[in-house]
Amino acid sequence: MDKKLETIVQALQENFSTTFEEFRGEVHVFVKAENIVDALTLLRDKYDFELLSAMTATDYWPQLSPRFHVIYQLTSLAKNLSVQLRVPLNGDQPKIPTATRVYEIANWRERELLDMFGIEPEGHPDPRRILMPDGTEGHPLRRDYPLGYEEPQFTFNYEEIDLQKPYAKE
Amino acid sequence: MGVEQKLGDMGVLTTTLENFVNWSRTNAMWPMLFGLACCAIEMMAAQASHFDMSRFGMELMRASPRQSDLMIVAGRVSRKMGPVLRRLYDQMPEPKWVIAMGDCASCGGVFNNYAIVQGVDEIVPVDVYVAGCPPRPEALIHGVVTLYEKVKGEKFKDLAKS
Repeated sequence: MDKKLETIVQALQENFSTTFEEFRGEVHVFVKAENIVDALTLLRDKYDFELLSAMTATDYWPQLSPRFHVIYQLTSLAKNLSVQLRVPLNGDQPKIPTATRVYEIANWRERELLDMFGIEPEGHPDPRRILMPDGTEGHPLRRDYPLGYEEPQFTFNYEEIDLQKPYAKE
Repeated sequence: MGVEQKLGDMGVLTTTLENFVNWSRTNAMWPMLFGLACCAIEMMAAQASHFDMSRFGMELMRASPRQSDLMIVAGRVSRKMGPVLRRLYDQMPEPKWVIAMGDCASCGGVFNNYAIVQGVDEIVPVDVYVAGCPPRPEALIHGVVTLYEKVKGEKFKDLAKS
């Protein structure tokens, strides 16, 4: 691990009792959901992580605790450092405190997480779907979301599909 | 014994009204300037000098649905694009036709997933499906000529029903 990064990980450990793991030089710090806003604020203000370069999530279904990891990838352009914060979330209706007051860009990223994973950002100024049309059911990037929308039409099942296909009217 | 034999070489043709209307509807069919994905590149190629769709009276793409007769759905239609496509179709004046260009527009193609409409025939009524991923410009031109054949065969009595 980078020397500069070591002090940062230690500071997170002291303040928020986080754990971390390292994989091929990349550091993943596990933060509890209630501490994530404070941790992001600390990193931004004290350690020059001015950029939230990516924010995403992973679904570990059928495992339920934790089912999701919300992932914040932070970059410090001033110090040429990169660190990943991971917030494990349990259950099917996970909630995460919004990071929009720390990083503006989190606004759209959190809407994407709401849309694709159903992770609700608490205190978000505009919690709507961002990619899928309004009225979509379910969250497409969840592991338990059905894979294909429709059975492909071949010669052997042509008529069967033809009967149930919702053709448009004039 | 038709009129033309009595009138000599005055340049008069006799035909049925049905044939005349159908003939005038083909050969100058203006498609809408509307591309959604890689199929649009092939559509542009079909209109450029190498393939030259103006041989069939289609050198003009209209950027407005109000002025176009033909909608070429060139590419995959996402679920969010679906209502937009239907609105454009509704804005086109009658008579109007639709070509589903390529596999994605015809049946979803390789995108059998939550984001893509599985064939635009769920949104607008399609007259001709052009297969290919993407179809060659020749294939698109063939699709257009196939549509001409279809239009030339239209009967007034069928139009009255709809």
